[in-house]
Amino acid sequence: MTATAITPELIAQHQLTPDEYGKIVAILGREPSYTELGIFSVMWSEHCSYKSSRLHLKKLPTRSELVVQGPGENAGVVDIGGGYVIAFKIESHNHPSFIEPFQGAATGVGGILRDIFTMGARPIAVMDSLRFGRLDDPRTGPRNRRVLSGVVAGIAHYGNCFGVPTVGGECLFEPCYDGNPLVNVFALGVCRKEDIFYARAAGAGNPVIYVGARTGRDGIHGASMASAEFTEESKQKRPNVQVGDPFMEKLLLEACLEAMRTGAIVGIQDMGAAGLTCSTCEMGSRGEVGIEIELDLVPQRETGMSPYEIMLSESQERMLLVSEKGREDEVFRVFRKWGLESAEIGAVTGDGKLRVRHHGEVVAEIPNRELADEAPLYDRPHGKPLRHAGDAPEFLPASVQEALPALLASSDVCSKRWIWEQYDYQVRTNTIAGPERTDAAIVRIKETGSSVAMSLDGNGRYSYLDPREGAKLAVAECCRNLATVGALPVAATNCLNFGNPERPEIMAQLVEAIEGMADACRFFGTPITGGNVSLYNETLGEGIYPTPVLGIVGLMKTAAPVTIPFKNAGRSVVLLGGLGGCNDTDFGGTEYAKVVVGRLWGLPPALDMDREKRVHDAMRAVLAENLAESAHDLSDGGLAVALAECAFGTAEIGAEIDLDSDLRPEMLCFHEGPSRILVSTAHPHRVAAIAAAHGVDAPALGVTIERGIEIRQRTMTLGSWDISSLKSVYCQALESHVK
Amino acid sequence: MKFGVIVFPGSNCDHDAFYAASQNLGQQAEYIWHDSATLGDVDAVILPGGFSYGDYLRCGAIAKFSPVMNAVRGFAREGGLVLGVCNGFQILVEAGLLPGALIRNRGLKFICRELRLRVGTSRSPFTSAAVKGQALRMPIAHGEGRYFADERTLDELEAEDRVAFRYIDNANGSLRDIAGILSRERNVMGMMPHPERATEPLMGSSDGLVVFRSMLEAAVRA
Repeated sequence: MTATAITPELIAQHQLTPDEYGKIVAILGREPSYTELGIFSVMWSEHCSYKSSRLHLKKLPTRSELVVQGPGENAGVVDIGGGYVIAFKIESHNHPSFIEPFQGAATGVGGILRDIFTMGARPIAVMDSLRFGRLDDPRTGPRNRRVLSGVVAGIAHYGNCFGVPTVGGECLFEPCYDGNPLVNVFALGVCRKEDIFYARAAGAGNPVIYVGARTGRDGIHGASMASAEFTEESKQKRPNVQVGDPFMEKLLLEACLEAMRTGAIVGIQDMGAAGLTCSTCEMGSRGEVGIEIELDLVPQRETGMSPYEIMLSESQERMLLVSEKGREDEVFRVFRKWGLESAEIGAVTGDGKLRVRHHGEVVAEIPNRELADEAPLYDRPHGKPLRHAGDAPEFLPASVQEALPALLASSDVCSKRWIWEQYDYQVRTNTIAGPERTDAAIVRIKETGSSVAMSLDGNGRYSYLDPREGAKLAVAECCRNLATVGALPVAATNCLNFGNPERPEIMAQLVEAIEGMADACRFFGTPITGGNVSLYNETLGEGIYPTPVLGIVGLMKTAAPVTIPFKNAGRSVVLLGGLGGCNDTDFGGTEYAKVVVGRLWGLPPALDMDREKRVHDAMRAVLAENLAESAHDLSDGGLAVALAECAFGTAEIGAEIDLDSDLRPEMLCFHEGPSRILVSTAHPHRVAAIAAAHGVDAPALGVTIERGIEIRQRTMTLGSWDISSLKSVYCQALESHVK
Repeated sequence: MKFGVIVFPGSNCDHDAFYAASQNLGQQAEYIWHDSATLGDVDAVILPGGFSYGDYLRCGAIAKFSPVMNAVRGFAREGGLVLGVCNGFQILVEAGLLPGALIRNRGLKFICRELRLRVGTSRSPFTSAAVKGQALRMPIAHGEGRYFADERTLDELEAEDRVAFRYIDNANGSLRDIAGILSRERNVMGMMPHPERATEPLMGSSDGLVVFRSMLEAAVRA
């Protein structure tokens, strides 16, 4: 093989700085080969090495009594009692989903599912957090609609075929996501505590086994692509996007779980970003051993692949495992049963090195630890967060009567049924509460008799106005969602979607968001057990809003859930947490400001974490005594939107409420102050007593009625609506936007 | 009674059918691997939902060549009860055990939705515990569930009282609202809605138990 000369241009093409290259030479004690350069470039890419964020991620709380495994493995693991654990994580697939929406999103689901079953856990739930550009924009709308349709179809294709229910999520729209949609996928699995597997190689002489799909030329440099801004040329990177095969993944799931039960497997890791490179050196590094492989033995889809291509391919549905020597056949037998290819491609060694041979010749020899764990670490300069939002503008408020239907029709607020009906949200018959029935999805664990509730949240508008508070608000909202179904939050995962960290004002957003998240996660007792950082979310120099997305899981007993809709007329409508306050500044991040005023200004709503937590505790206490017939937290669109959503059940029970407040009507009805949950109850005095015991305001706003919604402010009517017409606006808006 | 749940590569409602039969109906159940040539001592066979063989070629088109399908054919010929749900229905149609075809939903999208069905006949071992005309709530979850057949076949199905279920809410565009049909001998049934997902109140409906109870009664009588 002719050696490719390592020129400065080639180094730059690999997105390595001269300093980073110098470090490579120092580690190796010589110039790297072309293959080695490729290996370093993917392992040291932002995507794989977290070189810009690692320093700050250390600020996050990661431990608690229930956390069995924190960050650093394929997924976080939390003890749920009864001898069982859950494994969960969220990951982004933003860049591929813009270039090729269907396959980008599909392989995003595939990647996170592999992360879960690599740990020995069977995936039982998926949720997704999506961001797109505006659907109704005359210029970018058609493309945004295409991206939305493609992403949803891709998620559906993969999850439905694999057989995991997609039980919830969120989807919001802003112009800043025009050229850079966000596709964050969360997955959760369950297994017995003693059956957890780790991605750790051990035992010199043990065979290294490759399983699953053959290696092709697809996805080469996917990880590096995810670590750069988008330009016009990015479209040419379509071949970098992998193609997913959920059927193959389903076989891989069943075969891996069965192979794990043989007891012959020592360690296992999926081949995701940076494929064979990442799985070999990380397993070696974690186990403090070396790994030697011969590329001729790697099952290949195409002929004539170079070592560089084989090592960097991101072909999907592949796993790498180490088995006990002498027990390989037990493993091979299982994979044969499932019709999967498996091959011994090398062995664990004692010298701590990743040694790669091709036709017997050594083409790469790199110390594992330095490659996997000694990636460059940057303390990038961070100034003040980027923020162009000004002070409150003068605006003529729309009447509450007109504003409510306008907000219900906005793509952020409206029903996302068009999306979630394309997902099988019931397979495995554990879904106790699927999409839009409750504020948090609930999945029961058949093995333990308990249930897990989960919620995703992130608000780019809030985080843009104040990254620190935005991140805290996301944590608070997730925990509030869990409280509305009576679950106790126990752990979290995060996906940090930001722009180019080399710009100090973007780096500042990242740092502040992490610090805010750390504070809130510490306060609410939800350590971060893993997650993902997605930087360089910029197209042609336009960055996205900083979008930290939280996924928080909670535990609860298995029981029929208290859902969002009002159930009966004649019940008291109580607002746990009270009407709250608002001023011009705090109103600028609301959906009202976006939809009615068409602007973004000021600051996100003010959060008092102590009060927030007391509201959650009060809510759980109310549910524990079976006092609530319905529960729904106030979020986008505030009180009026939440009230309308409570009326959209099959019975279409409405409410008349009278608000005792001095606030301007639009603020009173639509401000988004946190820490508030709307409850209907036949026992208002008991609820009031519980609220008082927790130091929580809980005004009775009015009563539920047979038909219609009416909102009054000190007896003056602000609006009254027919439920069916509001509901049809709410239910049909997204579909009409998409078409 | 013992249910046999066939597991094809890509089946993904196999655990759910097993759970419904064993936990919610309280009967025995066992898995039967797709390359098994025999069915053992089961009293009824369930072909579960999922994406057998990845739905490559056409839904159910490859599964019909599985070794186990020969055993299923023989079992059906001898009067054994065979229930195909969702992908299982698609396989039964492809295998020629039931007439017609299941094509892409009218809206060309996968739909997961809880909807209402009407019992078309109680004259079958799958619906005897129900009353003709009774409305039931069960979910659907499929992309290719639109029942399609020529007019003569449809007329024949109706004339022979072989339409087991019709949609009240026809979400996929099935001809004559057909959701489930019976074989001429009435011992094979295919349906797109998922009865196994509606076998306990926690799942939102227990109406699907009617199918399992009917099968149990038939097995006890036999």
